[in-house]
Order: sequence, then C-alpha cells, then structure tokens
Amino acid sequence: MPDQIALEGNIAVAEAMRQINPDVVAAYPITPSTEVVQAFSQFVADGVVDTEFVAVESEHSAMSACISASLGGGRVMNATSSQGLALMWEMLYIASSLRTPITLALVNRALSGNINIHCDHSDSYGARDCGWLQLFCENAQEAYDSMFQAVKIGEDMRVRLPVMVCYDGFLVSHSVEMVKVEEDAAVKAWVGPYIPDRPFLDIEHPYTVGPLDLQDFYFEHKRGQIEAYKCLPDIIEEVGASFGEAFGRSYGLMEPYMMDDAELVVVSLGSTAGTVKDVVDALRGQGKAVGGLKLRAYRPFPAAEIAAQLAGKKAVAILDRAMSFGAASAPLYSEVTSGLYANRVCVPCLGYLYGLGGREILPEHVERVYADLAEAAAAGWAEPEMRYLGLRE
Amino acid sequence: MMYPKDTPWHKLARGGIIPGAATALAYETGGWRTFRPVRDDECCINCLFCWVYCPDGAVVCEDKTVKGRGFDLDHCKGCAVCAEVCPKDCISMHPESDFAQ
Repeated sequence: MPDQIALEGNIAVAEAMRQINPDVVAAYPITPSTEVVQAFSQFVADGVVDTEFVAVESEHSAMSACISASLGGGRVMNATSSQGLALMWEMLYIASSLRTPITLALVNRALSGNINIHCDHSDSYGARDCGWLQLFCENAQEAYDSMFQAVKIGEDMRVRLPVMVCYDGFLVSHSVEMVKVEEDAAVKAWVGPYIPDRPFLDIEHPYTVGPLDLQDFYFEHKRGQIEAYKCLPDIIEEVGASFGEAFGRSYGLMEPYMMDDAELVVVSLGSTAGTVKDVVDALRGQGKAVGGLKLRAYRPFPAAEIAAQLAGKKAVAILDRAMSFGAASAPLYSEVTSGLYANRVCVPCLGYLYGLGGREILPEHVERVYADLAEAAAAGWAEPEMRYLGLRE
Repeated sequence: MMYPKDTPWHKLARGGIIPGAATALAYETGGWRTFRPVRDDECCINCLFCWVYCPDGAVVCEDKTVKGRGFDLDHCKGCAVCAEVCPKDCISMHPESDFAQ
C-alpha cells in the first residue's frame, strides 16, 4: 500500500470510522456531510464493520438514538452539517449533560437563511455553548487523525464528553488530498476498546438517568459539568502527543506557525489556516516578521494558552467565519480578546469577518490583513470595528 | 439512593444520574400542591377510580380499600384528577391555605 492515497476529506473520515468500527452509527444525510454516512453505510452493507447502522428520520432522532446507544454501553458516531446540527440542538445539550462520549463529524456549512450549502462556521458557533468539544481541522489528514483522537479524548474516564470533529464543508470535505491512512491494526490498537462508564443493564446496580432536576440539584450538576472541562486542555495535548508518537503527526490545542519571532499574527480556524501559512511563507520570504496561530480546540477554549502565544506581539488579527448578530464583535474575536484582557495581555487586535456562505478567501485577502496589522502596530492601536474580507463594498 | 439536599456539587455522581432505581418515592413533590383533595368517606363507594387514575400514586390504598385511607400528601400535586373521575363527586379540592396552622 502506498504511503499516502488520494481521498476526499469525507471519505478519509469514513475510513477512520471503518477502522474504529463503532458499535452504533445513527445518522441522517445532509450536504456536505452526506458522503461520510454514505461511504460508511456501504461498509456496513459489505460487512466490513460490525456497526449497527440506524437510518433515522431526522437529525433530532439521530442524536437521540446516539445518546441512547451511548448510555446503553456502545461506542457511537454520527455526522452532520448546518441545519442538521441545528435540528439536533436540544439533544446536543442532553448528550453532554449525560456525559455520553459520542463522536460527531461536523462538516461546517452555513446556516440558513437564505439557504446555502457552502462553508462557514455558523453551525459550530451556534453549538458552542452546548457542552461538546469542538476540534477544528485544517485538511483531510487532520480530519482523519482527529477522528481517532476525538474518540480517545471523549472516552477518557476523566472526561466522558461528546466531541465534534469540525472540518470545512466542500473545501475539506470534497477536496481530494493526499492522506496517510494508517494500518487498521495499528489505529485500532491505539484507540483501544470501548469501556462503558457504567453498564446500562446491570440489575445489581441500577441507576436513574435524566431525572427531574429542579432548583435543589440542577445548579450543582452544572457545576460538576464545568469542572469536567478543566482537565481537557491537558488531555487534548496528551492524546495529541500520544498520536504523534504512534503515527508521527502530533497535535495540541493549537498550531503556532512561525510564531517565535513573529510581530504580526493572524489567528484562524479550519482550512483558512492553510492559506494563512502560505501567506506567512511568502511574507517571510520578504523578510517580514509574521506568524499564524491556528486554533484546533475551540471548545474547550484555551484562552490562557492563546494569551501566552500572543503576549509581546505588536498586532493581532482574528478571522471569524460567522457572526454573532447583535454582538459587540464576532465570536472568535470576542473570545480571544476577552482571554487577552483576563490574562493582562495588551495588544492591538483587528477583527475580520470573511468567507460567509462559502465566499472564497484568497491569499491577497490575508496579505491585506498583514498590511493592516503593520499599520496598527505602527500606531499601537486598532479601531475595534468589524472589517470584512472578500465582501463587495 | 437520594442525595441529601445539602450535598455539595463535587459529591454528586457524573452525568446527573441518581444511583439506584425507583427513587421517585424518596422525592417529595407535595410542596407543589395548591389545592388539596378531601374525600367524603360517607359518600365513597370504594370503586378505586381515584386510585387507578392518580398520576402520582398518591391515593392511599390498603386492603383494597381507599375509603378512610386519605392521600399521600408528600406526593400529591393537587392535580384534581381524582376529584374529576369520582363517580359520586365525593372528592373536593380545597386551597392549601385552609389547612395552614
């Protein structure tokens, strides 16, 4: 077998699911995630996995079935996009509250309206408060690799939380890239068997799931849930390093690119981080002290670690691929700048909105951002206004 | 097992579960009640309709008899289904304030 093979992002993710061989996949198709489930259901039909595939009638039912299967003691996976995730919304909260370590491939697509099938991050951002982990991937290889890590992180006995592996619709999901697909036995051994937190049908030790939870206990339960996220940054780093030892590709909370001596930094999520890296390379060729900070973990949000990366920089740009309407600024900008303030890091920050509904982001857009950063660095200040990339103005 | 009401957050089981089954009996919901059922035992024919229809199992039935047994006021929410289904109209609902000391 060649070292790398050409695969679409979705097919690479379906390959990862085949190798993980989950107990249950309950899913409903939606563009651009459909191929994941389509390819995986073929594996089920061909008998190359042992998975119980549940063809449900909606995403709400898909997530409900996943939660039940997870509580029943199974390793569970699913895939969706955009409106599909929106329809799962109330069940997403229940999945995290009940601490079911489900893995969901979230192929990022703009939320309606108007209807749009292309990439932005409004679906991820919309679900940011629901208690799921969100790991953003730059390319097909990262999406493939992150599926294994998501299982390992979510199922860690210190965690037991559901995880979304987020990758950009069409840009990653439908682009053919060279992907290193690991040997089945090697990844299976690395992921390990599923260990249920507690067996569901143990009549010697019965327990009650999802009971009425009022003024007297709900707050304490939520406080317990908050605690679970504190250990996550370490565990994500730990699992990412272990994956690196096994397969040669290490991961963490974020990927700093040419950051050590960088003065001007662009912070981004997803496939855009690849464009940023190309522009950094080009500008470094011109002797400019520029760098990129690619966030991988959006939930948990590593505010202190980001602040440590950005401390001492002259100007920072934060790129958002979705808006929080009516908010003071876009979600990533708000969260990064809030983290900087809380960690006493003072640096001019420029916020950009780009790529909504799949609008292309080009290297020249990112070059313009670095030019703006140079001006802000010289002035020592940036107006806290929203800037737009690739918009007709 | 129900947790005592003063249990701090870090002593609770993960996922908001309650260890043990059939724990509803240990959770008192009588405090939700605005109207309390009162049965006129002279008129009651012991048909057990109130016992069958009560959604909370709060009609006390012993030796196949509800007459004279009263209600489990720790769990009765005052929904008045018993009063509605009684074929002899011998269950009436009274404001809790009538019973305040």
